[in-house]
Amino acid sequence: MAKVTIDGHTIEVPDGTTILQAARMLVDKDKMVDAKVAPPTMCYYSKLKTSGGYCRTCIVKVTKGSEKDPRPMPKPVASCRTKVMDGMEGVNITSPEVIEARKGVVEFLLINHPLDCPICDQAGECHLQDLGYEHGLSKTRYDFPRRTFNQIDIGPYIKMHMTRCIMCFRCVKVADQITDYRVHGMLNRGDASEISTYIQKAIDNDFSGNIIDVCPVGALTDRTFRFKSRVWFTKPVDAHRNCTKCSGKVALWLKGNDILRVTGRKDQWGEVEEFICNECRFEKKDVKDWTIEGPRHIDRHSVISANHYESLASLKLDIGKQQKALSTKK
Amino acid sequence: MGKKLLIHNDKVPNIHTLQVYREHGGYASVEKALKSMTPNDVVEEVKKSGLRGRGGAGFPTGMKWSFLAKPEGVERYLVCNADESEPGTFKDRYLMEKIPHALIEGMITSSYALGAKTSYIYIRGEYFYVARILEKAIEEAYAAGLLGKNILGTDFSHDCYVQVGGGAYICGEETALLESLEGKRGNPRIKPPFPAIAGLYGCPTVVNNVETIAAVCPIVMMGGDEYAKIGVGRSTGTKLISASGHINKPGVYEIELGLPVEEFIYSDEYCGGIINGRKLKAVIAGGSSVPILPAELILKNDKGEPRLMTYESLSEGGFATGTMLGSGGFMVYDETTSIVKNLYTLARFYHHESCGQCSPCREGTGWMEKILHRIVEGHGKPSDIDLLWDIQRKIEGNTICPLGDAAAWPVASAIRHFRAEFEEYINNPSKIKDVKHYYSVNQLAGA
Repeated sequence: MAKVTIDGHTIEVPDGTTILQAARMLVDKDKMVDAKVAPPTMCYYSKLKTSGGYCRTCIVKVTKGSEKDPRPMPKPVASCRTKVMDGMEGVNITSPEVIEARKGVVEFLLINHPLDCPICDQAGECHLQDLGYEHGLSKTRYDFPRRTFNQIDIGPYIKMHMTRCIMCFRCVKVADQITDYRVHGMLNRGDASEISTYIQKAIDNDFSGNIIDVCPVGALTDRTFRFKSRVWFTKPVDAHRNCTKCSGKVALWLKGNDILRVTGRKDQWGEVEEFICNECRFEKKDVKDWTIEGPRHIDRHSVISANHYESLASLKLDIGKQQKALSTKK
Repeated sequence: MGKKLLIHNDKVPNIHTLQVYREHGGYASVEKALKSMTPNDVVEEVKKSGLRGRGGAGFPTGMKWSFLAKPEGVERYLVCNADESEPGTFKDRYLMEKIPHALIEGMITSSYALGAKTSYIYIRGEYFYVARILEKAIEEAYAAGLLGKNILGTDFSHDCYVQVGGGAYICGEETALLESLEGKRGNPRIKPPFPAIAGLYGCPTVVNNVETIAAVCPIVMMGGDEYAKIGVGRSTGTKLISASGHINKPGVYEIELGLPVEEFIYSDEYCGGIINGRKLKAVIAGGSSVPILPAELILKNDKGEPRLMTYESLSEGGFATGTMLGSGGFMVYDETTSIVKNLYTLARFYHHESCGQCSPCREGTGWMEKILHRIVEGHGKPSDIDLLWDIQRKIEGNTICPLGDAAAWPVASAIRHFRAEFEEYINNPSKIKDVKHYYSVNQLAGA
């Protein structure tokens, strides 16, 4: 076990935990801890091995290395890939330096992003939107033409917009770890690099649809849902079916009684609880195929909850939490 | 005349052949190490010598070697980094081209010290002809029983291979080099784990520069203490410097560390002064990625003491007034140089060579290049200088590998020391139109 302190909150975590995981544990354990203590992530995905370390949004500063070696680390570190040591102390939101560096990273991610949110199916559940809203500038300082790519067709189910990609490599890791074999990867280098299949080829196997769920931006979206509706006009419900390939536990996004989209169930960190198969995701678009469990909890700060009914109990809990936080501030 | 340990025989005819090399005392260190020393003795000698990595970072080699994990039953590897891609650096090429056996000898001795049965020389793609020279030398060494099974009748066996890379700057970063050597895309790995724990094929690996490995031979022959007497303070031994730019005698020079910079530039033994008797304007002391320094700061540090060619003296004053010895790519610029255009060339290089893995470097290098291009073309805006400064600050230290820093430092130092020149470019776009490459705006203003 290692004792680690992040932004003044201390928690004991098993050895081998990363700083990011420790911060998330902190937030999960203690409702009073600001959820922002857990650094934002764009490329890290706890369900995928060796993910993380690329986007640099999760950087934190380590002010004390460990009990044995109390020297601070010289540079900001990627919290998703840095393991904790006993006695480690780090700062995230309490350090202006970290916030400044993160601002820089967000700016870098946005300079070549097309900002076509109004026509992007990911809008409303896009991690880059959230990140930009929280850490971005209101106006860009980049006045050159933005990078473009040739459109490539990767099959009937998945739509790829390379211009929106931020190179998180999550989809590459999904293909490596969840599916039988990988047919896509990174081509070229530097800012010309792109995610692509080597010779134009459809990405096609039973679990390929999961690359849509892991994509933090609108680079990979569901073709069967394309331009059907904005996410915040749909009703998310939890549902399941007996599936031979996967757990069959999904979230359905309904409009009236039509299923517009099927996705995995995402937790509060935006990561799916379980990966689902393409049959559940793309083929079963009839309500009769599913057993509905009930409305899906959506965080009330999310834009999706604007038109959404909340379960009364969770709403009360949320308000109670806010009131408590306010009273302790005084 | 300074002491020479690495390239003292470079003018001997046919020194690239095994026979001539042995006639001039070659492979004596292999004989000495294998027959009269234990591997630990060799490591101890290297530690005592104070030898520091010659590739750029200057990390103590003996310490690096002692970090190597030695689990039972797991292969260990020695990898020689011959991917010398830093602009302005060409010392390793000279060494390998002229005296290939010096490297092979160092590889055998170092591998013996580390207990590595296999070693690789990873050489950049552009040096294909050097790779052929090395392969021929390795063939000769095998035929003479210096490589292969039971070297010189001892129970030490060793195989050495040359691997030619594709010619990417990023593959000079040690973990990207290992990825490339494994046959993958040359992307730097996220550290930790460091190569000393999990390197090539997941096994403990030491990655050293060509010159570092070659320097092991004289250390074994003369002893670590004797070697440590050369040089000043913690900068011991000799160093190959590749001098280029506006000097009378460009080329590779072996110097004793501790030589004054002024002597190096102006003495006839080395660079021989500035070409056509012009004035010195600036120097990049250790390969394109280290900060550029104006004449007054490279000859003397901010306290007025003369600067020496050592790791410590060059970095005195931090990045505000200092630089780094780096890989020894010594580029001299005279008064006709345009720092802005020079910086644009460097920025273009780093943009082209960024691997694209992490966002600050992938996006930031391209952005800086575009801004500099705009300034050079005469379309710069007054806010561009501050913007460049801000971008480099946000790249530096936030990337996976040092390429981000390498791209940021030249920009930072050029703005720090030559801000007025950037302003000239931005304020007088008409003046810089149709200007030949080698004229600076300052000179134009005077003309």
